[in-house]
Amino acid sequence: MSTSAGDAMRRLGNALNASEPQSADQIWEIVQLARHQDRPYPLDYIPRLFTDFEELRGDRLYGDDPAIVAGIARYHDEPIAVIGQQKGRDTQERTHRNFGMPGPEGYRKAMRVMAFAEKIGAPVVTLIDTPGAFPGADAEERGQGGAIATSIRTMLRLSVPTVAIVIGEGSSGGALAIGVADRVMMLENSTYSVISPEGASAILWRDASKSKLAAAAFQPTAANCYRWGIVESVIPEPEGGAHRDHDEAAKLLDRYLIRAVRELREIPDLARRRQRHARFRRIGSHRELALADSASVMSGQVEDLT
Amino acid sequence: MRRATVTIDRLRRRDGRKKPRIPADDSSCPACGSHYSEDEMRRNLRVCTSCGHHFRVGGRERLDQLAGGATWRELWPELRAGDPLKFTDLEPYTKRVDKAESKGLTEAIIVTDLNIGRQPCVAAAMDFGYLGGSMGSVVGEKLYRACDRAAERHVPLVVVSASGGARMQEGVLALMQMAKSVVAFEILQDAAVPTIVILAHPTTGGVWASFAALGDVTYAEPGALISFSGPRVIEQTTREKLAPDFGRAETQLSNGQVDDVVDRRELNDRLERVMRIVSRESTPEPALAVQWAQDGASRAQRAAQALPRFSKRVVDRFRREDPTE
Repeated sequence: MSTSAGDAMRRLGNALNASEPQSADQIWEIVQLARHQDRPYPLDYIPRLFTDFEELRGDRLYGDDPAIVAGIARYHDEPIAVIGQQKGRDTQERTHRNFGMPGPEGYRKAMRVMAFAEKIGAPVVTLIDTPGAFPGADAEERGQGGAIATSIRTMLRLSVPTVAIVIGEGSSGGALAIGVADRVMMLENSTYSVISPEGASAILWRDASKSKLAAAAFQPTAANCYRWGIVESVIPEPEGGAHRDHDEAAKLLDRYLIRAVRELREIPDLARRRQRHARFRRIGSHRELALADSASVMSGQVEDLT
Repeated sequence: MRRATVTIDRLRRRDGRKKPRIPADDSSCPACGSHYSEDEMRRNLRVCTSCGHHFRVGGRERLDQLAGGATWRELWPELRAGDPLKFTDLEPYTKRVDKAESKGLTEAIIVTDLNIGRQPCVAAAMDFGYLGGSMGSVVGEKLYRACDRAAERHVPLVVVSASGGARMQEGVLALMQMAKSVVAFEILQDAAVPTIVILAHPTTGGVWASFAALGDVTYAEPGALISFSGPRVIEQTTREKLAPDFGRAETQLSNGQVDDVVDRRELNDRLERVMRIVSRESTPEPALAVQWAQDGASRAQRAAQALPRFSKRVVDRFRREDPTE
């Protein structure tokens, strides 16, 4: 292990075990870093992680969605399927990639590639980086909701090992659609949340300028998601953020990815699938009231016995 | 002559503008203005008798409607929303929860065992009145238990959805409930139990992008808004003006997203019909399997082989406890 990687891991370990909660400014800085325009996207990681990447396009039903990049590749001398949400770097590419907001075609393409991976027994790796699924009338007509739902279901049914990595911003169902995996990881400066800070600020505060406040309330950082059990590992980034050194960022990611894939290969297919279901079944947080006599709680007249 | 035409047109336009706006309260129809008393409302299943407009129905009243007047018992009312993020927007999450609970609601979904007509099922109804029917940890947990129960009893699951989507106040944990609800529906896939989803107004966001889109049979209520992104968000993002019928049940029917738009007054009959069509008289009851198991382990084993997977564990438990084995 190179010293810089060791340093990065030590620094991250200290940060994750810190007892102090992150301040609003720290959270906002991470939100900014997660969306930095020089941050590596899937097409930056793929050639650094895999060899012989072959992109597969189109959902075979309607069209191709450039917001999702999918294909097959070799990874440490084994076949692998990779699916990632791709933003653009300049205006032209951003428009082409629809700012990384996939429509139903994107998710259906992802499912097609997953089915292929299932057939050949290749692990599936997804790279999540999206502000959300595309909100458009045409996307709705072609079943945006159903596409996300079936994508989640497809990932739950896969019998091959699956790893999901949030590499930038993971917002809303658009991110979760390709995030239901055996191992879910986040990069140190990535975010994972139910909605983008801008969306939350417009809906909850009814004021588009409250994004920073919204980010502080949602605490969408990797450290928090780790604490809540949403992700298994947090992957360190090069000093200053992944945008400083794409090669180093990919090298660090590779370390975690290969270990996860090797671990998952050891588990029998059925057991792995059962564990995946159990993993998502566990997530949640609720209170349980002690009702004196639950049999007496009849319809329409539930007594609150707190 | 020409002048007269112009004048009439103008009058009409002015008339149109002056059309009195009917306040959108719970008792007067926003479509035709008919007014109903609370009693009439309940009796009419909250459907306007003169124009067929469907009003919103709360979770409890919905289950009353499905039960057809029979009593039912709420399952797991003790599960209540926690506050994992210590979330505060314009007011604290805990305060919002208290407010909703003071209206007599336990959570945004209510689950019960029910007979619709003569068909037994596990029914779950979402309540838009509880924080917009949003899906938080409790909704995910209750849905999971409901599916588990439907699998154990081997009866269909009927869900009435009415939700704005994932519960933002629970942050990323609410997002994960989308995955959890799909895991729940997968139990019923493995147990070969049918699921029926009724999409009420509105079914949007994370609920439409998870279990609500995965019913084996999916009905929508007339006029219900069914979309992943809300019309306002779409208009803001794409700067396109949406048609007034965007995302409505009737539009989604022609888009191929639902099986039919069903009038609430016919809903019970339709549900009963579907459940009757798919029911299997020959499926052994788990209770019966227990009885068989008591008769002898070898017989139980034979029975277990014929049984669907879900009830095997009941038999297994008996075999383990049987000293003769």
